[in-house]
Amino acid sequence: MNKRNKMTNRDKTYWAIIIPVLILFFTFNTLPMLKGFFYSFTNYRGYGTYEYVGFRNYIDLFSDARVGKSYLFTFKYALAGTVLVNVLSLIMALGLNSRIRFKSALRGIYFIPNVLGGLVIGYIFSFIFTYILPAAGTALHIGWLQNSILASEKAAWVGVLIVGVWQAVAMNTIIYISGLQTVPEDVYEACMLDGANKWTEFFKVTLPLVVPFITINLVLSTKNLLMVFDQIMSLTKGGPAQSTESISYLIYKNGMDGGQFGFQSANAVIFFLVIVAISIFQMTVLGKKEEQL
Amino acid sequence: MKKDTRINWVLTILLIIGTITVFFPLYMAFIIAFKQPSEMTNDVTGALAFPSKWSLGNFTLAMEVTDFWHSLGNSLLITLATIGLAILIHSVAGYAIGRNMAKKKSFRIIYLYIVSGMFVPFSILMMPLVKQTSQMGLGNRLGVILLYLVFYMPMNILLYTGYLKNIPVVLEEAAGIDGANTWRTYWKIIFPMMGPMHATVAVLTALGTWNDVMTPLVIMAGTGENTLPLAQLNFQTQFGTNYNLAFASYILSLIPILIFYIVCQKQILSGVANGAVKG
Repeated sequence: MNKRNKMTNRDKTYWAIIIPVLILFFTFNTLPMLKGFFYSFTNYRGYGTYEYVGFRNYIDLFSDARVGKSYLFTFKYALAGTVLVNVLSLIMALGLNSRIRFKSALRGIYFIPNVLGGLVIGYIFSFIFTYILPAAGTALHIGWLQNSILASEKAAWVGVLIVGVWQAVAMNTIIYISGLQTVPEDVYEACMLDGANKWTEFFKVTLPLVVPFITINLVLSTKNLLMVFDQIMSLTKGGPAQSTESISYLIYKNGMDGGQFGFQSANAVIFFLVIVAISIFQMTVLGKKEEQL
Repeated sequence: MKKDTRINWVLTILLIIGTITVFFPLYMAFIIAFKQPSEMTNDVTGALAFPSKWSLGNFTLAMEVTDFWHSLGNSLLITLATIGLAILIHSVAGYAIGRNMAKKKSFRIIYLYIVSGMFVPFSILMMPLVKQTSQMGLGNRLGVILLYLVFYMPMNILLYTGYLKNIPVVLEEAAGIDGANTWRTYWKIIFPMMGPMHATVAVLTALGTWNDVMTPLVIMAGTGENTLPLAQLNFQTQFGTNYNLAFASYILSLIPILIFYIVCQKQILSGVANGAVKG
């Protein structure tokens, strides 16, 4: 009797804690998401009256050239970014985890790009792309470098990519370093005794053992790169000729000021599904490749 | 077998040279911030040479133009309030969930419900949230803090429930026998024991909120209040082509987080690593 009474008191405390938290989470996460879902079936402009339009927004989404262009840019950016970020940060992590001097200082320095805000970093790089690189191009007589890459419809995305990668590598390197530290020293010693060279050691031993960290890094970097916003805001504002308009930026721009509240809500719903699908895909594919010692 | 402990100097030197990729943009921004518009020339050496005179004029002007102290105050208020509340609320919520998840289905569902919020991009919430917060009178700093508490809840609850598995239940049961109730047991025993996780949560929340542009941009629009990054965006037109003034302002906005990083570098690096590995 006594024991049962105590249990219910304890449960009451747990529920008293969790219910307000759930209400908060529902109000500012689930509720707006449901509202967004609801608006995606309307022609709401963000003000005034609106009507229910069924799946019209979703159908229009697939024939809208600007939306298509933003998906193309975002995917191109995220794919190239994810590959670059993960290759570079794995190389950096291998370097920073080997027998070098000033190890902690160097690790500290290479993380700096990640603590700085994307917006301001974008402004600084914008100056480099607009003035410094063309000046260097002129001085060295390199033709294609003499104009700002941000002004070129074909190359502007590379500028955004450089800044995005510059910041993301810092983050992923730290995670790969902690991954490499989980590989015990005697594994490497066994490799050396077996006479395996450095390449075999890396591809056959190190890499399979850090697969869980590759999963984390892939999911993390893909997700962050897909949601690129700050750098677009400060580097290109989506230009030139909407060639660097990311999905987040388009939703912000046309949804907030462009009178496309309903239409961009549909875009956001699709974007959300795409992110979930890609994350799940990455986790299941790589989950199978994980190896345990 | 003798262990190879020689320092790899070639690699060390390569990695030192590589830091140029980090320092070059910062050096350039720093140098330009000290120069006068008349010193800006159209060649590389002109842009990277030292200024003719080290004057803080651009910085004092930038502080005036962007209302620096006010924006800094807002950024500090929002970030510190978010961290403080996140540590208090998310940890106790993580505790309630973590201690019941194994036995009760209801708490397991709550856990999955909150953690799955991690995949919800801000874009889908943005437009409805702007309407909702303004209707609730939360289109201001308080609203931004509340939103951050919700946005970081999935990650933080995941981290706290994960960490809780390392803290044996025996401790609470012992306290329970002594007559302390659950609420008191938590704050007296468990909360202090989660110290390392509080540090990780503080670091991750701080880095995310301090640099965030999108949330304050859409939620605080029209209040006339700025956070530090938001001020850089909103004063672009005022900077015009005066890059020296603009860069002085950028440098000013980077200094607080750089100081924080230099002071807490160790905690930040281990916090980021812990967060990713556990998350």
